[in-house]
Amino acid sequence: MSTYKIPVGPQHPAIKEAFQFNFELDGEIIVNVKPRLGFVHRGIEKGMELRSWVQGIYLSERICGICNVPHTTCYCIAVEKLHDVDVPKRAQYLRIIINELNRIHSHLLWLGVLGMELGFLTFYMYVWRDRERVMDLVELISGNRVTPSMNFIGGVVYDITPKMEMAIKKGMDYLEERTKYYKSVVLNEPTIKVRTENIGVLNKSAATDLCAVGPVARASDLKTDVRFDDPYSSYDEIPFNLVTYSYCDVFARVLVRVDEVLESINIIRECLDKLPSGPIMKKLKRTPPPGESTVRVEAPRGELMYYVKSDGKENPYRVKIRTPTLANIPAVCEMLKGYHIADIPAIIASIDPCYCCTERILFIDKARNKRWIWSHSQLRKYSLEWYENGGRR
Amino acid sequence: MVSIIGWSRIRSPWILYMCTGACNACDIEVLAALTPRFDVERFGILLKGSPRHADVLVVTGAVTRQVAPRLKRIYEQMPNPKFVIAAGTCATSGGVYWGCYNVLGGIDKVIPVDVYIPGCPVHPQAVIQGVAKLLAKLQEAK
Repeated sequence: MSTYKIPVGPQHPAIKEAFQFNFELDGEIIVNVKPRLGFVHRGIEKGMELRSWVQGIYLSERICGICNVPHTTCYCIAVEKLHDVDVPKRAQYLRIIINELNRIHSHLLWLGVLGMELGFLTFYMYVWRDRERVMDLVELISGNRVTPSMNFIGGVVYDITPKMEMAIKKGMDYLEERTKYYKSVVLNEPTIKVRTENIGVLNKSAATDLCAVGPVARASDLKTDVRFDDPYSSYDEIPFNLVTYSYCDVFARVLVRVDEVLESINIIRECLDKLPSGPIMKKLKRTPPPGESTVRVEAPRGELMYYVKSDGKENPYRVKIRTPTLANIPAVCEMLKGYHIADIPAIIASIDPCYCCTERILFIDKARNKRWIWSHSQLRKYSLEWYENGGRR
Repeated sequence: MVSIIGWSRIRSPWILYMCTGACNACDIEVLAALTPRFDVERFGILLKGSPRHADVLVVTGAVTRQVAPRLKRIYEQMPNPKFVIAAGTCATSGGVYWGCYNVLGGIDKVIPVDVYIPGCPVHPQAVIQGVAKLLAKLQEAK
């Protein structure tokens, strides 16, 4: 019996963030997985120390372009904690709105990408078309589609006018209708069900042991959400449901995210109804006093943590960031074990790894001493054909 | 024969798309340019997975030290004539990542660039304009 070893990524880090998974295979079945990180390491934590406190906001926004709002929210709350001030109530509500808009855009983007990984391109195009509605709203509020630069130390930069409020409410109605439709597609479409049900199972105890976060943990029936457990920015005043599913597979992760979009829509409506009047910014000193603070927020992908230390100077002394994808990597390694090569794209996509890099694959057949390279598209094609010919069912 | 090749290249340039250390914002905007709202496919542009099939390389993000040799290798694997679009401020000059120890700067430090599209992140409309400029350039080259 020959054993295969497949490194997935990172020679060609196209499309997706580069990290490498080394797969050990027994025929078609994955026996072991080893991750290797650090290909798009840019040195941002060190870069933060070179910048002033305000410049840090815009660098933290560019750690991840997809979930940029939670990054700036987390950084700003951490610095405000050093100042020991609370931002105005209106600013807190505006932060919730922009955070939830970001969550909707991120989850819809992911839903489309999953459709692409499963070879369901129509679904991908439809979801991305409707996602443009969220981008329009973000552009309306801030003038930029993806990175709104909304948060500032002491509050938010842009206000929401009554006219914008109307537009957002209208947009939410449209998105709710479309998301409900996508949920019915996910629940009834055999193409999606065959490729996701009972694939990439991560049971509850494994999810606890491996410290899974965010939708991955919630799909394994763990009730964990920073918005609930450690409310920040007035999340405790907004009623919303914690979405959990107990199927523990890729299908559950899809449902968790679709339901979270619906929850986010309700949160935004609630915020707009309750939106208090008042200032949106509190002016603070340029440099915070010496001290340290740790803040957690719920990014679309899970718990995001910032540790900020100040020594009273112009620049931060230390900024430590832990992103949710990193926390989910041990979990995805566990999920992959025991499944087929054809399931790799769906399972890796299921943790929403800020897009991971499966762009190129090197196959090594040790017994015959042969090497060949597959690109991500070839792997996708192989996986589609494999399922077309019956797969293992 | 040459004119047919030139004609088909203008009518249907195939692109390869590579992230060299971007924050994903430019990546999703370039992808958004391919989806129904902006739809660059009406210019015959198709996204390809392999450098050997591609005419145009779209690069997003500042070049990190890890990725620089790989970017060069991808560029060398593409068949001639080949064109490069630098999408986003980071790909143009290094952008917001100045001073980060693992960032080399813009992609023109590694490979020659034909079209620069600024923006942080690039607006899909800017991507379309950049592509249109490149097509005009191809027309001249023909």
